[in-house]
Amino acid sequence: MQNPISVHEVTKVYGAGPTAFRALDTVNLEVERGEVMLLMGPSGSGKTTLISILGCILRPTSGSVKILGEEVTRLGEKQLPRVRLQNIGFIFQGFNLFPTLTAGENVELALDLKGQRGPAAKRRARGFLEQVGLGPKYDSFPADLSGGEKQRVAIARAVASEPQVILADEPTGALDSHSGRTVMEMLRELAHRRGRAVVVVTHDNRVLEYGDRVVQIEDGRISSGSTETAPLTNSSVISHQLSVTALTDN
Amino acid sequence: MPPLAERNLFHDRVRLAVTLTGVVFAVVLIVVQLGLFVGFSRTTTALVDKSRADLWVVSKNVPYIEQGVPFSERKLYTVRATPGVAEAQNYIVRFSRWKRDDGQEEAVQVVGVNPESTMGQAWNIVEGRREDLKVDDSVMVDRIYFQKLGVSRLGDTVEIAGRRARVVGLTQGIRTFTTSPYVFTNYRNALDYANLRDDQTMFILIKAQPGVNVEDLRRRLQAGLTDVDVLTRQRFSDMTRYYWLYTTGAGMAVLMGAALGLLVGVVVVAQTIYSSTMDHLREFGTLKAMGATNAYIYKVIMRQAAIATVIGYALGISLSILVVHESGKGGANIILPWQLGVGMLGLTVAMCVAAAFVSINKVTKVDPAMVFKQ
Repeated sequence: MQNPISVHEVTKVYGAGPTAFRALDTVNLEVERGEVMLLMGPSGSGKTTLISILGCILRPTSGSVKILGEEVTRLGEKQLPRVRLQNIGFIFQGFNLFPTLTAGENVELALDLKGQRGPAAKRRARGFLEQVGLGPKYDSFPADLSGGEKQRVAIARAVASEPQVILADEPTGALDSHSGRTVMEMLRELAHRRGRAVVVVTHDNRVLEYGDRVVQIEDGRISSGSTETAPLTNSSVISHQLSVTALTDN
Repeated sequence: MPPLAERNLFHDRVRLAVTLTGVVFAVVLIVVQLGLFVGFSRTTTALVDKSRADLWVVSKNVPYIEQGVPFSERKLYTVRATPGVAEAQNYIVRFSRWKRDDGQEEAVQVVGVNPESTMGQAWNIVEGRREDLKVDDSVMVDRIYFQKLGVSRLGDTVEIAGRRARVVGLTQGIRTFTTSPYVFTNYRNALDYANLRDDQTMFILIKAQPGVNVEDLRRRLQAGLTDVDVLTRQRFSDMTRYYWLYTTGAGMAVLMGAALGLLVGVVVVAQTIYSSTMDHLREFGTLKAMGATNAYIYKVIMRQAAIATVIGYALGISLSILVVHESGKGGANIILPWQLGVGMLGLTVAMCVAAAFVSINKVTKVDPAMVFKQ
């Protein structure tokens, strides 16, 4: 069976000529179903470029990207929204909720994009919010929610369209440690219990324990973890954590 | 669709107020200007349009009704002798001097008509009767011009061209495009008030017999008459309207005002919707990242524009009706026919859609990758 995400020899170059900047350099990556992959690296290492390419919102300069077996680099601009809508859920550091919509309406919006409307959509939206423990907050506006609650609404919205791939960009970056743990537990559950492929871009070492695999990226190149396909054991996670800590200390 | 457009629009009350003010301002400005245009248009040709005459005989090359030149009234007999003519009457429209009780003089347009004719009569008579004009020195004026003419009731006497005149009837809403009010009187009086000789007339009004082709009759009359033009009512009305609205520039001035209103409306609405779109640009980026098509996003923006249109139009047209109603009490003649109201709705929609396109153009270029930036 095809992996949900399959990246082969992907290179991304911004600009041209002497000012050209190589943000990604022959990156290879596979993300399996049921796996939480942590993508780590310093600022400017290429994390955002990579997640943008995985999310079909940025095209690589060369190489191949397959989402659920579909080669997306050859798709036209008008076809990419369909790929995102059907296959990919996004979670952002800044939550990116619609401030003028209630929590429930934010989730409904994702359903609306898939053509699900009316009372049935409302019920489903409420169901997704209940799954993240926010059923009673259906009618609350984002401004009235805590950071953790906002991110949980964002998770509910991301999974509402039932994508096989979840891409989370610094999902704990704006949260306190307790809320961050709650969010990561939810993402892990999405992977382990529901078989989603979850990619988490993070700087936050506290979330290492929730990753099945850590991929390090630096200067646009995958420096470690790219070939690991088996979920990490607790000891390997700790080992990665130690190595990351060591890198940071150095 | 969750009410994203509605919430975005109503969320910022100040911006909503600015948007609606822009739409309302544009609607009122355009309606008033076009209403003035319609009012001007109808006022300039009212005497012709309301004459009930099928044909007008005017001096050769007379371009519009106020520019009439006297000609021999003997032509009336030629006209009456022409087969197909049911009725023909002399008719006068000529400038003269109206002297008020306080000695102040005003220019007026004397309208001389046979009170027994079916053609050329005053309309909207609210006091007195048409037959009252049979009496010597009797005149009929419009209430709108009471103050200008220095009269306030029936029976008031003044002088026209040095001759006595007594107000025996009042009309309501017969305006003049010039600053000189119409003064209806009988044909005999009008000859005196307009300083015309007994053997002169300014126009001949003609009613065709039923079943007679008016254009055929016009051609036959034209062939039998010299030094005059025989014009259909519509033709003379068009000539008069064209002169006042386009040759003088008055019509273009109000049309320019309407165009300015449209421009201001588009700019204000475009600016506010654009500003709202810019504020919500990240949200549109998020929508794109979530898989929304451009069409979906256009729908959100268009919906915003449509709501602004409906509310702005409702407020604007209500205010316009009020302005039109109030203007009726003064000298300005602003007319709001239902066709203008409906047309204005279409124009408002077009204005807001055009305004929304500025935002759509911006959103189309939004890079969804922006959602990853803090």
